[in-house]
Parts: sequence; structure tokens; C-alpha cells
Amino acid sequence: MTRPEDLNRLPRAVGAAVNPSYKPYHPKWHRKRYPVFWWLGKFAYGKFITRELTSLAVGYAAVLLMLEIWVLSRGQEAYTRFQELLVSPPVLIVHGLVLLFLLFHSVTWLNLAPKALALRLGRKRIPDAAVLVGHYAAWLFATALVVWYLVGR
Amino acid sequence: MAKVSREPFFWAMFSAGGMLAALVLPAVVLLLWFAIPLGWVEAPSYVELVTKIDRPPVKLALFALVVLSLFHWAHRFRFTLYDGLQLSHLYGLIATVSYGSATVLTLLAARLFWSFP
Repeated sequence: MTRPEDLNRLPRAVGAAVNPSYKPYHPKWHRKRYPVFWWLGKFAYGKFITRELTSLAVGYAAVLLMLEIWVLSRGQEAYTRFQELLVSPPVLIVHGLVLLFLLFHSVTWLNLAPKALALRLGRKRIPDAAVLVGHYAAWLFATALVVWYLVGR
Repeated sequence: MAKVSREPFFWAMFSAGGMLAALVLPAVVLLLWFAIPLGWVEAPSYVELVTKIDRPPVKLALFALVVLSLFHWAHRFRFTLYDGLQLSHLYGLIATVSYGSATVLTLLAARLFWSFP
């Protein structure tokens, strides 16, 4: 018997045999065509794409963190030069943008937590506000921990 | 036997990376690339910083942060290209390049932290 979830795979499996011009994920001829920059037309769409693009800032921060670890392993002089590079205006501007994107990521990510996490206590569902406050408290705690560890005395 | 999808694994990495990045990356970036180089805070010296990082739990935490952030990027950026630029016909290529580069950087990070300082 064909299960409902198999219906999605079926055309792909038999597609080439039934329809020689079949291409997976590209059923162009059944769909209305949208412009490539469809997300520029509406604020909500632009916000969505911006949210998705925050992943670039996350990836950049990961790579720069690796670079800083590498620089630290190269010795004092390399670290001093790296610090000088960090305060050059173009680098500061890029990092300012990276930080804004990261904050946007944090806010959008944590705001979705109540939707992703439907916690129950007995028969009652924990209110969204409590889940939200819990996540923001975790953000505050994590930030304090990082500050304390890196620059605390 | 049905082929097991790899999607749940990558989604879990995306999700864990997203949470870790949301909680700690703003603080890390603000301190390491603004406050310390610009002298907003009494910065740890080179030796102090190396000592702070050169502890197994700290190295492990930083490694997890780097790797999960990389896979968070790979997964989310992959779908941004599919949807934002309508490139879903390049499914295999984009998945290979994004997860592939995250994997290569993971190996690099493993070596970096293993041999630190």
C-alpha cells in the first residue's frame, strides 16, 4: 500500500520513466514564476531573508574565533598585530554589522522559543511568556558568564 | 529498507548551533572584537588570555561553539540559497559545498584546539 508520505517520493522514483523531462524540485511548468528578488517587495519577506542571512554573521564569528585562537598560538607579537587589525575602521564597521546581525539572530531565535517548545506541567501548558522569560534569562546568564570569565578579576 | 534521511541530523546541528550562537556569540563578539581591542575594559594580557583558554573544559566549549555555529550557518544558508535565490535545482551542489566546508573547518578547528597553545 502506498503511504501518504511516500507520495512525495513517488514522482521522483518513477518520474524519469513516466515523464522524460521530469526534474526533481523543479516542477517549473506547474508553478507561477516569481522574480528572483521576491523578498524585496514586502517588509515581512525582507525581514525573513534578513533573519536567514544572520547565519552569515554566525559563520563569520565562528571562523574569526578560529583565527583568533590560531593567532594566540602564534605568540605575543602576532596577537598584538591582530589587535591592531581589529581596531582599523573598515574592520570595525564590518564587525559592527556582524554584531547587529548577531543581535537580530538572538532576538528572533529566542522569540520563537515559545512556539518551538510546548512544555507541559501535568495537564496545564506552561504559558508562552514564562518560556520566553526563561530564554531571555538564559541569554543574560550566558552573557554574564562570558564577561566574568574573559575580563573578570 | 527505506533510506534514512540525513535531514534530522543536520537540523539538530542547526538547532543546537542556533541556540548556542544566540546565547553567547553577541557577548563573545562584543568583548573580543570591540571591548578588548578598543580598551573599553581592563583587558587580560596575552599570557592571561592564553591561560584562560588553555583549559580542557574551555577548549571543549569553544570547539562546540565553533563547530555548531558552522553547521548552523551551513544549514540555514543552504536553505536561504534554495528559497531566496530559487536555486533548489542545485540541491546536491549547494548541500555538498555548505556541509562540506563546515566539515573541513571542523577538522581544522579540532586540530587547532587539540594543539593549542
